Amino acid sequence: MIRRRLYQSFVVHLDPVLLALLGLLLLISLAVIYSASGGNWSRVSAQMTSMLVACVALWIVANMPLHYLMRAAVPAYLLGMVLLIAVAFFGEITNGARRWLNVGVTTIQPSELMRIAVPLMMAWYFEKHEAMLTLKNYFVATLLLLLPVVLIARQPDLGTSIMIAASGFYVLFLAGISWRIMLTFLVIIMASMPLAWSMLHDYQRLRIMMLLDPAQDPLGRGYHTIQAIIAVGSGGMFGKGYLNGTQTHLEFLPERTTDFIFAVYSEEFGLLGNLILLSLYLLVIARGFVITANASTYFTRLMAGSITLTFFTYVFVNIGMVSGILPVVGVPLPLISHGGTSMVILLIGFGMLMSIHTHKKLVQT
Amino acid sequence: MNRHIAFKDTQREIHNFRLRLALSIGFVLLLLSILLARFVYLQVVQQNHYQTLAEKNRISIMPIAPSRGLIFDRNGVILAQNYSAYTLEITSSKVADLKTTIDELAKLIDIQPRDRKRFKRLLANNRKFESLPIRSRLTDGEVARFSVQRYRFPGVELKARLFREYPYHEQISHLLGYVGRINERDIAQLEKDEIDANYRGSDYIGRTGIEQSYERELHGKTGFQQVEVDADGREVRVLSRTPPVSGSNLILTIDAKLQEVAEQAFGNYRGALVAIDPSNGEVLAFVSKPGYDPNLFIEGIDQQSWDELNNSPDLPLNNRALRGQYPPGSTIKPFMALAGLHYNMRTPGYTISDPGYFTLPGSSRRYRDWKKAGHGNVDLFKSIVVSCDTYYYGLATELGIDSIHSFFSEFGFGKKTGIDMKGEVSGLMPSQEWKQKRHKKKWYVGDTVSVGVGQGYSLVTPLQLAYATATLANDGVAYRPHLLKEVQSSHTSEKQILGANIDFSLNLNSEHFALVKSAMVAVTQTGGTAAMAGAGASYAFAGKTGTAQVIGIKQGEEYIESKVQKRYRDHAWFMAFAPFDQPKIALAVLVENGGHGGSIAAPIARKVFDYFLLGKMAQPLLKMDEGEEGIEND
Repeated sequence: MIRRRLYQSFVVHLDPVLLALLGLLLLISLAVIYSASGGNWSRVSAQMTSMLVACVALWIVANMPLHYLMRAAVPAYLLGMVLLIAVAFFGEITNGARRWLNVGVTTIQPSELMRIAVPLMMAWYFEKHEAMLTLKNYFVATLLLLLPVVLIARQPDLGTSIMIAASGFYVLFLAGISWRIMLTFLVIIMASMPLAWSMLHDYQRLRIMMLLDPAQDPLGRGYHTIQAIIAVGSGGMFGKGYLNGTQTHLEFLPERTTDFIFAVYSEEFGLLGNLILLSLYLLVIARGFVITANASTYFTRLMAGSITLTFFTYVFVNIGMVSGILPVVGVPLPLISHGGTSMVILLIGFGMLMSIHTHKKLVQT
Repeated sequence: MNRHIAFKDTQREIHNFRLRLALSIGFVLLLLSILLARFVYLQVVQQNHYQTLAEKNRISIMPIAPSRGLIFDRNGVILAQNYSAYTLEITSSKVADLKTTIDELAKLIDIQPRDRKRFKRLLANNRKFESLPIRSRLTDGEVARFSVQRYRFPGVELKARLFREYPYHEQISHLLGYVGRINERDIAQLEKDEIDANYRGSDYIGRTGIEQSYERELHGKTGFQQVEVDADGREVRVLSRTPPVSGSNLILTIDAKLQEVAEQAFGNYRGALVAIDPSNGEVLAFVSKPGYDPNLFIEGIDQQSWDELNNSPDLPLNNRALRGQYPPGSTIKPFMALAGLHYNMRTPGYTISDPGYFTLPGSSRRYRDWKKAGHGNVDLFKSIVVSCDTYYYGLATELGIDSIHSFFSEFGFGKKTGIDMKGEVSGLMPSQEWKQKRHKKKWYVGDTVSVGVGQGYSLVTPLQLAYATATLANDGVAYRPHLLKEVQSSHTSEKQILGANIDFSLNLNSEHFALVKSAMVAVTQTGGTAAMAGAGASYAFAGKTGTAQVIGIKQGEEYIESKVQKRYRDHAWFMAFAPFDQPKIALAVLVENGGHGGSIAAPIARKVFDYFLLGKMAQPLLKMDEGEEGIEND
């Protein structure tokens, strides 16, 4: 009896549907990383370790009541901003980008914190002014979004800044920003394109140019895209079979375990495998939308919607870039790519979704 | 009322939210179907195409290396060029048994044990799917013999390649540097700089000297072609081609003929000479003796030649002009004199009586003048002409090390000149702070005394001293020394001419400059320390001799040149500029173990001046009596 109650209190805030789907995706991740790394167990076990850490984080966040989450919004955002400014001045430069901050014991990448802190802050802000939303509120919320996005884009880290911009935009969109304002923004963005172009780093421009014509630079930047497309295309209907991808195992594919892991999967499992993977992602997203639709407060609706849509954006941008319809911007494939930080951040997001879902239930019953 | 509105708003809000959520779902489904369509296109419609590309790997993209830019001297004399020749290359991953293959090849083509050794080393430093040369510069006969038999050798290819050649061999070697084969370390660096794509297909990269410093300009842009290849990886047909862009040609500021004259003037001595045009900083000659043959390094140097160069006591691989650091000796005196005048420690008329030594107050230690009997009454002018040590011992202690340090630092001593060649060293202008940091000892007045005559801790490079001489000749206006005069784009006839860059401009009294310079002219005339070198010159030139000690002389001991082993003899310095009134060339010469500046280093400067100003070789110099020339040490 006691044991059962203990068990129940352990799982009560977890969402079984989401959990099952995430579990399947993580299993696929391990299998593909094993293949992509050429049978390297240390890669696989490193990924398992980060999955374990991420799952613990998910459980903790899922068990946190909503007002905890709301209370964390302002401090997390302010801390993130301070760290981002610190990075701009004292950050360590690796590979030509200033992204990391040395805090004595270890180095941290503040932009990762902002992936969660920015939508959280914006949702908190809208909740606070829910009673009477005016134009001014949308303006302030946009500013809250643009500050970190610009700082991160300047590091330069185009991938992360685009993803944060997207997550913030979803909050604005769901918060009911009027179509007219959105149209105005769109016009402003179009008009400021030339300015933005002049602020981009050379390698970022190259990447954008390459979207238009990857064949332009087949030995350099275009090489990644071309080889990835060959891998995907040669996979055919049913794929070349697990561990049999020639592009992968002849080392034609770059960044096989991280950003380009989808090419490995697609080469070995073909169109059928892609359909399965996309279906899994679609189910996760659908569950996210169900939770969003049933969320009880303004804050939780915005948060749940933004988390779900951002997750989808990761999937779309990564697969789009690997299959050659989007530029290469350095966004990992969520839940599949090798990498600890992004795994933890993603599962914290799903933890929030579960918390939103289960705490509401408790309130109701 | 309020409540009513709030309620209504919430209803509308939820309605609105649901609408937007539905739009989001539509958005997600739309984008997912785009991905799906893309998959169908790639994996079903185009599957055959990509299958072919991936599995048969029939079409490959081949880089075409650009030809490297040429290097010329200021008069258009070619210093580094390319020539085309056939090489025989092996891709070891495509060869079943490397040794048998090479043995079989050796029956058709002359392959020496040396070639095998070099190939083995290349193999160790490169990835195994890279095509590496076993023999270069094949004769026409060898090319013909191999072509007929080539079906027997899968993985072995005949390639026409461009090779680098340095027609001047040992001369100019330290200036030009050389290219070497790209190895794994270079590749790692290129990847870090994100320029590795431009080096696919390139075999060489600049290693030292101009070849290294101007690698970016010389290399050019790699082209590529799509080729259809057969099962053995041989080209069958070219499908498309983007031509490479050759590297830019470089015109240097160097005068090759002048360089040759200077190198010959050294005879068998080791040393360095740097000559600069004071009016714009162009380096006219840049000599470091002995040199080495840069051609040896291009294909990877063989062990024997490497050992010879690396183990030679003459250190031929050392770039002495750029990286050799020597005590400046008495060449520091004209600058000390300027400092004395500038800080009002000396007037032109102030005279000391030189007993042949100097003592600090309250000390019995004697700092000796190079002339035992002393120079009698010495004013500032005479102190430079006869290179009186006693005068400068006193001046240095009165100025103090702080003033000396700040004045010389402003003149560019103790820091890099910023010349456009990698690897420059900074020399050393000591200060109290430096000694505390480096030796954990406090500064003594005795240290200042040594610094006053250019011994002790101070160190300069020949380049630095030449730069300081040019600045002096130019009354304190310093043009940064540079080796590149012009960059010529090879495909457009576009030229980029590099102008003069003022580095700094010293605000000193022009009368002080005039006085010091006139004393330096007297140095090269009867009664001066370089009178022998100046004899019979049809133009007036200013100079100053100097001696850098190699071994210390104990208190009370005497330096007798004939008794000292050659390796331990002093280094000879000479700094000079000409013509005196309108300087066109300023230089510094260092002759290692040359003894004294006046008899060994100054005649080299004279030969360079004669050629540069008069366009002729120097007249044989008159033999002068001993005694005119002194040994300078403290």
